[in-house]
Amino acid sequence: MTEQIKSVKAPSVVPGFDVNKIREAFPLLKRTVRGMPLVFLDSAASSQKPRVVIDAISNYYEQHHANVHRGVYALSAEATDLFEDARNAAARFLNAGSTREIIFTRGTTEGINCISTCFERAILQPGDEVLISGMEHHSNIVPWQIACEQTGAHLRVLPVTDSGELRMDLLDGLLTERTRIVSIVHVSNTLGTINPVEEIIRRAHAKDIPVLLDGAQAAPHMIIDVQALDVDFYVCSSHKMYGPTGIGILYGKEEWLERLPPYQGGGEMIREVTFEKTEYNDLPYKFEAGTPNIADAIGLAAAIRFLESLPRDEVLKHEHELLKAATQTLTEIEGLRIIGEAADKTSVISFVIDDLHPHDIGTLLDQQGIAVRTGHHCTEPLMNRYGIPGTTRASFGMYNTLDEVEFLCQALRRAVKMLRG
Amino acid sequence: MASIDELQKTTIGEFALFDDWTGKYEYLIDLGKQLPLIDPQYKTDEYRIKGCQSQVWLNGELQDDKVHFTADSDAIITKGLIALLVRILSDQEPLEIAKTDLYFIDQIGLREHLSLTRSNGLAHMIDRMKLMAHDFTERV
Repeated sequence: MTEQIKSVKAPSVVPGFDVNKIREAFPLLKRTVRGMPLVFLDSAASSQKPRVVIDAISNYYEQHHANVHRGVYALSAEATDLFEDARNAAARFLNAGSTREIIFTRGTTEGINCISTCFERAILQPGDEVLISGMEHHSNIVPWQIACEQTGAHLRVLPVTDSGELRMDLLDGLLTERTRIVSIVHVSNTLGTINPVEEIIRRAHAKDIPVLLDGAQAAPHMIIDVQALDVDFYVCSSHKMYGPTGIGILYGKEEWLERLPPYQGGGEMIREVTFEKTEYNDLPYKFEAGTPNIADAIGLAAAIRFLESLPRDEVLKHEHELLKAATQTLTEIEGLRIIGEAADKTSVISFVIDDLHPHDIGTLLDQQGIAVRTGHHCTEPLMNRYGIPGTTRASFGMYNTLDEVEFLCQALRRAVKMLRG
Repeated sequence: MASIDELQKTTIGEFALFDDWTGKYEYLIDLGKQLPLIDPQYKTDEYRIKGCQSQVWLNGELQDDKVHFTADSDAIITKGLIALLVRILSDQEPLEIAKTDLYFIDQIGLREHLSLTRSNGLAHMIDRMKLMAHDFTERV
């Protein structure tokens, strides 16, 4: 097939950054799909994993596995050291002040559910308000809806502009004396918009309102500093930042985590149990009931060390170049409209083409070996805001190349031609 | 009227002519565009088979002891697949539809569209067609 991508040899425009070396670290990128090289443009849904992450998990199971924290024997101590070292890595990654503020979760969704449930039990009263935005993932809508239903609190929504930015002019009016928490996405998974979270936090804190940031899309593509942000809660998922699935980080300011009740009950989170009363464990264990996901925490630590080993500024610049190239070449396609044209974006590009259905576009791209995501991207209210059923979304990771952007464009032209007939 | 089995074999024969995915998909798109419009009264939630991404509307009624199907989708490739199903199953006897094995889907290499049940609702559509046919068997 002549249109097929020939190689990934394109030199990066970012000096000092060698995308080919990066690609070599990811075994899966070597495979083919339908006899063609895989062009993986769905990293916003889940990124691929470098060899070091895969090896760290195997090595743990082959050499060090035992249950953590309670064992008196050497192997359990090894597993505990590795697990707590992972917590250190997570704290370093987010620049948290202490490992007491780092809770391991199953992912962003569980992190939000933990805080919404704790707020439901301890903070929210009838008539209180929770403020989210119009570009939230369902994971940052539904948990708060449940908490509001249970308590009689109300969900308020900060609207989104046509270009895909938050209506910051309306923020102060929505931060009322009844607002108990602001829970906002740091970077939109559908639009790629980087929200002005420093400003949101500053204005919320001026009214003593805590802020939770959904960092699922930000963590892989930005340098996160929870202390500089002064954010109260920050949640992210390992699998979107080159780590394994099934593990995520919930950062919470110590004062908040001390104040909130536990999320789940069980082993690990207790100090003393009688039938009459249970004394809870110290932070962070108070929020980690049951045997934790030890292996994937260790895998996540390997992903963090992998990120730390790279010149991150150059990685982020490379991703930005991919976005710039994609934006430029895709907009040359007749009838193509980009959804999400914020000034500040990560490497996510969502688009619609006339009245062509995203599902059809995705199917024809798949036939050409390109993996993109189509649909509402778990942001149905946002799709309704734009009056569209869904978009086609290409999202880039550090391992994508300018050749792949070009190939996407060619394949898309071919798909459009076939669909228009 | 050819039997379901004969129609499946004809369809497999047609698809055997394509040597790559392009021809196959162009044909599906073409079939989708040619699919007769569904009566608007059936394009409501009641007749909708909800998929995660593309929607399917299906109506089946008994005409001269045979089941007549009409259907529609908002995505054209899904519509092409619907056209194949309607061509093979429509205007057949209810019992024949209910007990049929749709082996043609595997043989023309479109099984993947059925496993993606969440995305296009096509597998649910086949279930619904068979269920309708099954219900009609008692009225024949």
